[in-house]
Amino acid sequence: MSREYETVIGLEVHVELATKTKIFCGCKTDFGGAPNTHTCPICTGMPGALPILNKKVVEYAMAVGIATNCEITKYSKFDRKNYFYPDNPQNYQISQLYLPICRNGKVEIEVGGVKKEIGIHEIHMEEDAGKLVHDEWEDVSIVDYNRSGVPLIEIVSEPDMRSADEVIAYLEKLRQTIQYLGASDCKLNEGSMRADVNISVRKIGQKEFGTRTEMKNLNSFKAISHAIEGETERQIELLEMNREVIQETRRWDDNKESSKSMRSKEDAKDYRYFPDPDLPPICIPDEWIQKVKDNQPELREEKLERYKKDYDISEYDASLITESKHLADLFEETTAICNKPKRVVNFILGELLRLLKEKEMDDSDISFSPENFAKLIELVDSGVVNSTVSKQVFGEIFENNVDPEVYIKENNLMVVNDDGELEKVIEEVISANPKSVEDYKAGKKKAIGFLVGQTMKAMQGKANPGKVNQILTEKLQ
Amino acid sequence: MSIKNKTAVEISKMIKDRQISAVEVLEQTIQQIKEKDEKVKGFITVDEDEARKQAQIIQKGIEKGELTGPLAGVPIAIKDNIDTKGIKTTCASKILYNFVPTFDATAVKNLKEAGAIIVGKTNMDEFAMGSTSETSAFATTRNPWDLTKVPGGSSGGTCAVVASGQVSCGLGSDTGGSIRQPSSYCGVTGIKPTYGTVSRYGLIAYGSSLDQIGPVARNVADCATILETISSYDRFDSTSMKRDKYDFTSALDKDVKGMRIGIPKEYLEKGIDDEVKEAVLKAAQIMKDKGAKVEEFSLDLVDYAIPAYYIIACAEASSNLARFDGVKYGYRSKEYEGLHEMYKKSRSEGFGDEVKRRIMLGSFVLSSGYYDAYYLKALKVKRLIKEAYDKAFEKYDLILGPVAPTTAPTIGESLKDPLKMYLSDIYTISVNLAGLPAISLPCALDKNKMPIGVQFIANCFEENKMIAAGQTLEKELAENFVLDFSLV
Repeated sequence: MSREYETVIGLEVHVELATKTKIFCGCKTDFGGAPNTHTCPICTGMPGALPILNKKVVEYAMAVGIATNCEITKYSKFDRKNYFYPDNPQNYQISQLYLPICRNGKVEIEVGGVKKEIGIHEIHMEEDAGKLVHDEWEDVSIVDYNRSGVPLIEIVSEPDMRSADEVIAYLEKLRQTIQYLGASDCKLNEGSMRADVNISVRKIGQKEFGTRTEMKNLNSFKAISHAIEGETERQIELLEMNREVIQETRRWDDNKESSKSMRSKEDAKDYRYFPDPDLPPICIPDEWIQKVKDNQPELREEKLERYKKDYDISEYDASLITESKHLADLFEETTAICNKPKRVVNFILGELLRLLKEKEMDDSDISFSPENFAKLIELVDSGVVNSTVSKQVFGEIFENNVDPEVYIKENNLMVVNDDGELEKVIEEVISANPKSVEDYKAGKKKAIGFLVGQTMKAMQGKANPGKVNQILTEKLQ
Repeated sequence: MSIKNKTAVEISKMIKDRQISAVEVLEQTIQQIKEKDEKVKGFITVDEDEARKQAQIIQKGIEKGELTGPLAGVPIAIKDNIDTKGIKTTCASKILYNFVPTFDATAVKNLKEAGAIIVGKTNMDEFAMGSTSETSAFATTRNPWDLTKVPGGSSGGTCAVVASGQVSCGLGSDTGGSIRQPSSYCGVTGIKPTYGTVSRYGLIAYGSSLDQIGPVARNVADCATILETISSYDRFDSTSMKRDKYDFTSALDKDVKGMRIGIPKEYLEKGIDDEVKEAVLKAAQIMKDKGAKVEEFSLDLVDYAIPAYYIIACAEASSNLARFDGVKYGYRSKEYEGLHEMYKKSRSEGFGDEVKRRIMLGSFVLSSGYYDAYYLKALKVKRLIKEAYDKAFEKYDLILGPVAPTTAPTIGESLKDPLKMYLSDIYTISVNLAGLPAISLPCALDKNKMPIGVQFIANCFEENKMIAAGQTLEKELAENFVLDFSLV
């Protein structure tokens, strides 16, 4: 990027709320399910049906607003956004334009050790649309209304971000906060968190914003990063050629790693927003806000402090483990059973993160039980298995949630504590490696490491390395 | 035993007293419909088979003593914009020509639970948009008092089938006068309840913030009885209101002694027929004779009610009617290319002119750049009208006035000039804007023997006052003025 320019970025983030039922009816929000099975007259827009607001949606929206330092609008309203498309059975979406539930918030992000505040313009509640499926074989389009009426919140930031890194940090922060609240699982790849990115560039020092474009269809952090970089470059190139940036909506193509214009401002639809007459205003008394505040679960910052204090783990480890609610939950549940917080932390930050990365999995995909994990920790702690074997067993727990006790027994992985057998093997190792023995005796104390390794290998990893070291040292005196 | 000229309450009593069975009542009703509706054309759908089935079940319920209410076994007509499970509900529109709801409107559910029998669905102005029932896609309903006249609208079908004695009672809906005005034209009684009293769940919306379902019958007692049955707090309608009491029939024994009644003098000034004005003054005199204090007062903002109403109702309608697009149910154009054309042709062919006019008007007033100037301003007018009424009700228990400036016009006259038709709602519309209840009941006949109605308007939740006044007026009139309900 040219040094003369800076990128100005604002985000519209849609988050699907984790309510059991839809925003305006009692239908389930579960994923999957045969098409149009989680539907009723309300969420399919049948004539005469009316919406009834799900209170839990308001509470989740308030909880997110409180956690992001927003003001809660005490007199909030739903508006209709009118547009024709078959995925929307009423041909209007119930959303909030004039009086959104939360306004004027902010979150703190950290990029490269520098802290920064990102303003939140507003958070509003709305309903999701159904899903259109184009059957090219039959040349028809069919629609599934299972998602119609699933509750969403849209979090609109101020144009406070200046780089892709800040955007990712902001999104991570939102995701972490919302996951901690239990308001959503925030999975980008499954669409329970979606971000539209507004981008403009301007000369450094310039006060006015440049003309912005809106980027849609961003399904991963990687796509978001690349789209921001690409769009920044495109806009700078235009300006350098003395051409204008056109205000438009662009669609990101993940395969081509480039974006294409969807519609310009001139084609922008007039949504004819107006207050929905079927839904009375939402009046939120102070007591309700207080109740939501009181019920707010422990957020990351509090958790981090508690971990340092209660479990005596380092600031660094605590910060890593609380980065994700899933990891923090796993840590707490496992520690509650085995009471070995440090060992649990080491396993999570070491082996677990390695496996997640290797298998390209999200920590929300972790499916093994804390019980089996805790059992393994105890088996390691009591010396039944050594650390080498424990990694292998953990891999099995991670993949198949095996009971480590059973697995270790079946595969005969216990540490051999029979000194006789161990001494026999050690003597064989000593006689097979005279060079190393000589080196050791000549004062190269490090040579013993090789001999320990050879012994462990011969024991198929099932020996206690401490013990091996001790016997070897005695024998080489 | 004949049910001719009997009211709903009388019919159910006859059934309870074993003078007649619910099955016989229904057969006589079907007979009446067959004889009269060819001329009146008040019904769009008559579901004889289902009604017969229901009559048998209800007769058993009555015999077992399970159904004891005052509507048990009474056949009732339902306006065709109110959902009836398994019975076609068209809103008198081509776009819903084949639509069969999968659920009952809450008002219908309440009626069924009380043992009333749905005999059919009545004609109306398409999507309740009109004041004559002529905008129906299927038929022009005739006024039973003079078949060359309109029955009024939009609940013209319900009022005409009640006036012609086909059924004793029915349900209408009132967005700007759609129950009261046709009641006045047809010489029957109708109530528009306080907004939120009868659930709108299952009422196919026209102007959601103004729509209310209400009863139409031959007298005040039936209307009060039906209102008591259909009104309920309904969690399926978020605009439904929890009221302390749903008792409307106890007011039938009350009188008007000491009541303060105001007549807006603007209502009697311009554009009103002399005979209609005389009817209002006659009603005022009767109220005075019965011990009420009656005086004229000034109700401002009358002139702004019609434009505000058309802006608000059409804005809501333009969005409410968006769902009728040919995708999910109802009419879809036969030939089209692509989605956009399917929408365009289905809606162009499916909606009539008046509906299109109002969708366009509503879309316009909500467009960016016009929203503040029209829609928001109309909402302000609405609030000012409510305040003007609040002020009036500090002084008066009831407001008395005409229902429509004239008696029923000749068929074909009104459609030529929609603006003139809109003006016929001038006395009824502000009641909807303010969410108030009102009752319309016949008071006189004009020189052509066409009925003239008057209305009592009450403050929110004070239906009982207007029911007491209506009952008093009706009793006084009965002595020298009997309506003939078997005209056709």
